Amino acid sequence: MSTPVNNPTGESGQTGAISEEQPRRSLKFSGAGKTGIVVILFWITMVFIGPWVAPFHEAEFLDEALFIEPGLDDPYPATDFLPPGDVAYLGTDYLGRDTLSRLLYGARTTIGVSLLSTLLAYLIGITLGIAAAAGGRVLDSSLSRLNDAVLSMPTIMLGMVVISAYGSTLPVLIALTSLIYASSVFRIARAFGLDIMVSDFVDAARVRGEGLGWIIRREVLPGMILPMASDFGLRFVYIILFLSGLSFLGLGVQPPQSDWGSMVRENLAGLPYGAIAPLIPALAIASLTVAINLVVDDISAHHGGKLAEKII
Amino acid sequence: MPALLEIDNLVIEAAGGGASPAPVINGVSLQLDAGEVLALIGESGSGKTTLALSTLGYAKPGLEFRAGEVRLNGDDILAMPADEKRRLRGQRVSYLAQSAAAAFNPALRIGAQVTEASVLHGQLSQTEADRRATDLYRALGLPDPDHLGRRYPHQVSGGQLQRLMAAMALCGKPDLLVLDEPTTALDVTTQIEVLKAFKDVIRQEGAAALYVTHDLSIVAQIADRIVVLYAGEVEEYGTVDDILNRPQHRYTRQLIGAVRPPPDSTLRPESLEETRQDVPALEVKDLTAGYGRKHASGHTVKVLRDVHVAVGQGRSLGVIGESGCGKSTLARVISGLLPAMQGDVLLKGQPLKPSLRQRERRQLQKIQFVFQMADNALNPHQRVDQLLGRPLEFYFGLSGEEKRQRITELLHMVELPAEFSERYPEELSGGQKQRVNLARALAASPEILLCDEVISALDTIIGASIIQLLKRLREQTDVSFVFISHDLSAIASFADDIAVLYAGLVVEQGPANRVLAPPYHPYTRLLIASVPELSQGWLERTLEMRETQASIDRAVEITDRGCPFYRRCPLAIAGTCNQEAPPLRNLGHGHSITCHRSEAEL
Repeated sequence: MSTPVNNPTGESGQTGAISEEQPRRSLKFSGAGKTGIVVILFWITMVFIGPWVAPFHEAEFLDEALFIEPGLDDPYPATDFLPPGDVAYLGTDYLGRDTLSRLLYGARTTIGVSLLSTLLAYLIGITLGIAAAAGGRVLDSSLSRLNDAVLSMPTIMLGMVVISAYGSTLPVLIALTSLIYASSVFRIARAFGLDIMVSDFVDAARVRGEGLGWIIRREVLPGMILPMASDFGLRFVYIILFLSGLSFLGLGVQPPQSDWGSMVRENLAGLPYGAIAPLIPALAIASLTVAINLVVDDISAHHGGKLAEKII
Repeated sequence: MPALLEIDNLVIEAAGGGASPAPVINGVSLQLDAGEVLALIGESGSGKTTLALSTLGYAKPGLEFRAGEVRLNGDDILAMPADEKRRLRGQRVSYLAQSAAAAFNPALRIGAQVTEASVLHGQLSQTEADRRATDLYRALGLPDPDHLGRRYPHQVSGGQLQRLMAAMALCGKPDLLVLDEPTTALDVTTQIEVLKAFKDVIRQEGAAALYVTHDLSIVAQIADRIVVLYAGEVEEYGTVDDILNRPQHRYTRQLIGAVRPPPDSTLRPESLEETRQDVPALEVKDLTAGYGRKHASGHTVKVLRDVHVAVGQGRSLGVIGESGCGKSTLARVISGLLPAMQGDVLLKGQPLKPSLRQRERRQLQKIQFVFQMADNALNPHQRVDQLLGRPLEFYFGLSGEEKRQRITELLHMVELPAEFSERYPEELSGGQKQRVNLARALAASPEILLCDEVISALDTIIGASIIQLLKRLREQTDVSFVFISHDLSAIASFADDIAVLYAGLVVEQGPANRVLAPPYHPYTRLLIASVPELSQGWLERTLEMRETQASIDRAVEITDRGCPFYRRCPLAIAGTCNQEAPPLRNLGHGHSITCHRSEAEL
């Protein structure tokens, strides 16, 4: 058999074409994605410096004296549900506190608690998901059935029961939220894990004699991390909304500490008067969740929609 | 009267290519008359599928038509508005894709899927379409044409499904049929029946066909004229006779050179079979293996039964059989991925523990597995130097400069430049990936290399270059090879010894030159007859042989009773072959056949 082999690799013409091709590993963001990043960065900055840039303390009732207008003979002007003005740039709430200050303080609680819960949910979900994918049939079925049980419970109801039993403190909120959301992370991690565990490169590592720990660390995890990262964004949004929902019901962060969800609830009474106090925190929640979703869209587009398949 | 299909100076480029757009199709012109079969041939990446799809007015996402015309009966397809294009597809032009398994919906009956397009387009009523489908099943030589439409896709074999796809494509009486590598995924034995059915039905229907393939020997059977594509340009255009016998261009000659010669025992010199060592490098003894629960009585599927093979030091054993015969299972048992039910695997006379975890690292290092699909066998998140470096660290504790040097050596061994160590698998072509895959196995400095269908997923030319590489490695090193393939000509060109596996049973084995010469086991004869030859008329000749006639439309069955090949065997003795297990006949020189027939009869 005589095959003319012209270049060292034997595949004429292909070597050149490939080296010209840029590695498509670098993730490029669209305009919308860049906007999202800016908004997220803004809020993250506020988590750190919010209390220092806020004009007032979150629990401070603004002094009536601040609102006395010269020429008008009213020594005791109303301080609640004020529209934006020179003193309170975003107006005041139902108790006459500065909305902007409460928003900036609230960023810390809302984003902090959500982020911590998401991270914890991921830690639990990925650990158990990989254990189920790699640990054999018995472990897989017992973990999966347990997970189905958690998934079958309505989250808000579960939250109400747990909080009424243990009280509404930040550690309870974080533990509850992360456990509830770990179950959906578990499902995705297990699906990715199972996919990767049956691939030939894992077989190749097993034939080499690699231990399970090495296989998980070096062969399985790298393939999961980027697609899971885009899911992380989504999950983070759900958790913000869940916590805001709890706060709205009065089960979340307790006053006088501010968070965005409870700010919406507290100020609902102002809506009939056209007060903007309940709208501002709602807009803040919307801006953060939309921004995260814009970034997530870019990341999942980078993965050719693989993520969408897994989640649905 | 214009030709049925005319392609005029067609240019297809990457969309938004910027300053230097790379044309995928660069100024191609061709013509196709009614009733004619035109083959488009070229290696992967030459643009043959892109060109074929242009006859449907379709360009894959990321590509766009830049210039030129595609005319069907004088109508310019590319200029058509979308809804007219939709009418064109499925009515006047229909497309037959490579994988029938992926084209059929497993939840719907075959009949409904075959007739769907023509009923939807309003060409035929459901009753007319059903009648037409039944006629087509008959023309395609499918079994039980009257009731076939009521079955589900999983109830027919792969070869039958491929023919059903032709029925689906032809149901609406299209003017032009586009076939994209329709037999590439099939076994050689199945390929014959599918080719014959296609050839007959195209002639009967008087349709024109565009046949896309990389396999010249198939083209020789079915096409009237050939277009050789290279890098998006027509390299050569002519009748089959001209191209095969008087190729003009270098690339065409290269293609013809890459066609593996039919297996021929005289090609091999009488080898050193008498000087065999006493202890083979690898021996598999009375091995039985399968899937399913181990202790459940009788419910296991035995994929291998009493297999006994051996590979001498520095030699290569070819294992051949159709899909489903247990070839890959054999490799998995040897490597320890699948523990055997019974029997032993001996490495230099030392028995190995059945499962991976019980084996020592030193033993694992000596047996290396090269997986079939390099795409899936290389972790896409690791660079080549990480892929090759890990076995070096793992088995030999190499690091730093020493490791780097060894990686360069390994890349050199598989004929890749050292710079490739910084690439990710997706930045490599199929053949290059397979070389890295091979280099990773070599990194362990193994004594046994298990090569599972390492060239099946590759083009003829690239596959041939990988075989060249393996041959060179065998000469340079003392490694013993177990080379698994369904392609007899690949095995014949590489293996010293051959074991023919059928339904988990070794039916014939011995030195290559003895296995490839009479007396044959009937199954070996069938395999040899099924390897396509690069000459016109081979299909008709081989179909006249009793082996092919007896085996057509029969799938591999695993039976516990009698000879598994009974139902496909032209020499079967009723009452014996289906009742009693065939005896092993030793023919001397290490050659043995498992059959009831005597040496003289075979």
